[in-house]
Amino acid sequence: MSTGAVAAPGTAAPPRRRGHLSDRTRSERRLAAMLVGPAAIVMIAVTAYPIIDAVILSLQRADLRFPAQNKFIGLSNYGHVLSAPVWWQDVFHTAIITVITVSFQFVLGMLLALVMHRVIFARGLVRGIALIPYGIVAVVSAYSWQLAFSLNSGWIPKLLGLTSDPLSHTFGLYVAIIIAEIWKNTPFMALLLLAGLALVPDELHEAARIDGATTWQRFTKITLPLMKPAIFVALLFRALDAFRIFDTIYIFGQGAQNTESISMLNYSTLLDRLNLGLGSAVSVLLFVLVGLIALALFLSFGRAATPGGANT
Amino acid sequence: MSLRARRISGWSSAIFVVVVVSLVPVLWIVMLSLKTPATATDGSFIPHAWTLSNYSDIFKLGTFTDALRNSIGIALISTALAVLLACAAAYAIARLDFPGKQLILAVSLGVAFFPQISLVGPLYNLWRQIGLYDTWPGLIIPYMTFALPLSIFVLSSFFREIPWELEQAAQIDGATPFQAFRKVIVPLAMPGIVTTFILVFIICWNDFVFAVSLTSTTNAETVPAAISTFPGVSQFTVPYGDIAAAAVVVTVPVMILVLLFQRRIVSGLTAGAVKG
Repeated sequence: MSTGAVAAPGTAAPPRRRGHLSDRTRSERRLAAMLVGPAAIVMIAVTAYPIIDAVILSLQRADLRFPAQNKFIGLSNYGHVLSAPVWWQDVFHTAIITVITVSFQFVLGMLLALVMHRVIFARGLVRGIALIPYGIVAVVSAYSWQLAFSLNSGWIPKLLGLTSDPLSHTFGLYVAIIIAEIWKNTPFMALLLLAGLALVPDELHEAARIDGATTWQRFTKITLPLMKPAIFVALLFRALDAFRIFDTIYIFGQGAQNTESISMLNYSTLLDRLNLGLGSAVSVLLFVLVGLIALALFLSFGRAATPGGANT
Repeated sequence: MSLRARRISGWSSAIFVVVVVSLVPVLWIVMLSLKTPATATDGSFIPHAWTLSNYSDIFKLGTFTDALRNSIGIALISTALAVLLACAAAYAIARLDFPGKQLILAVSLGVAFFPQISLVGPLYNLWRQIGLYDTWPGLIIPYMTFALPLSIFVLSSFFREIPWELEQAAQIDGATPFQAFRKVIVPLAMPGIVTTFILVFIICWNDFVFAVSLTSTTNAETVPAAISTFPGVSQFTVPYGDIAAAAVVVTVPVMILVLLFQRRIVSGLTAGAVKG
């Protein structure tokens, strides 16, 4: 493509601009395009094409059980979803789980990061064990907690002397789901925060200690402000991931007892009820919501984080 | 002296809490997998009657061995493809100057935040039309795609740290370009590549969303999806022992990886997070 442009000297402006590029620059760019191209094409093809497909499907009546009735129906699927109480309930469930789990993960993750950062003995073993929940299969983690909380099989009801199944009512089920999520994802939060902790120079702490600052003062006045970019990255990653919660909800009864999340609703509309049109509308709405959350976090935190940030 | 003692006891208790909290759910599933069917529902943490029969049961179960084969094959192939594509892209990002570098990083970030369930409907529809539903490629394609962002972030941050001048130095010392690449650059790049491979393998090994939506038979069903559909003896009994044993079997490889490579996982993810 670039050689074609160079071979056409008729137009004045493009060749002159090209003239600034040395052969070396041009071949460097060609090599870069060849190297980056495959990864870029895969990422765009496998995400952009289906999401456009989802937008198109969401504007149709497309029920796999009644393929003959397919037709374009405009925005009525969206009207249907947005006027259904179940959508708003599921948005609420998802938001509750996200806010509670991410808050706990932030506090516990910060403590874990401090332990991992400062641990003075058995460092490798402690770090390795602390990372096990991160590595464990999400379905396994969910089953472990579900079987631990269930009155039929679990050690938790026995330990607490419960006589009714904690998983049989909404509150108990939420507690179990939230604990499972916090356990599984705190190490990842800690890892992202650890990245920020490593950037805080020890000399600053030394200097503040000499000036008489307490441990808590040093943490809030030195560590936290310097960690702002890392905190932003950690919260962004965890919040967006928590908002997509699916595995744990699925294993804990596929959304029983008012625990259905948006992803769970999306799955059941698509694959249990086989309603592609309605399901795709949910998909597109979830996609937009995730985008809005990312944007909101970028705007509120990103601006605060960048001036002092070491981000490139 | 006493300050030192207090510090050590403080650290010991912090470490104790971290270790116990991290391990109890893992130990619990191991214990449950060792209980006999009669004692599986007794609710005690430590089995009263021990057995290995749950393990021999699941390995007699065709569903499980097939799922294990699918899990291993699909995760390895997806990981290899993702790391290969990401190596090329990360090399360009770390070493070359080209317009659109920010764009590729932005696309990666976008994919990293993408709600995967949003793709399930269209992929389910498309895969059934073109015959990829319930096949290995049907899972490999989405796995590879969602592994790419992390691979690119981690690898490009590793590649930025490599002293590339060494390659020229070796050539000046008389090495051919290929020798310089193989003897100097490959050993320097290898730790980053291994780290990325482990991180990506964990992601692919763990997936449930795509596995449960885009497969239906032992053709391509991976272990996480298979466990969730284990048949009980009757409709109303939960096969606790089988679920627990299968859970332990899929957890062991990951635990070994994590314990062996914790330093690399920590350095890989923290580097990716700071630079990304």
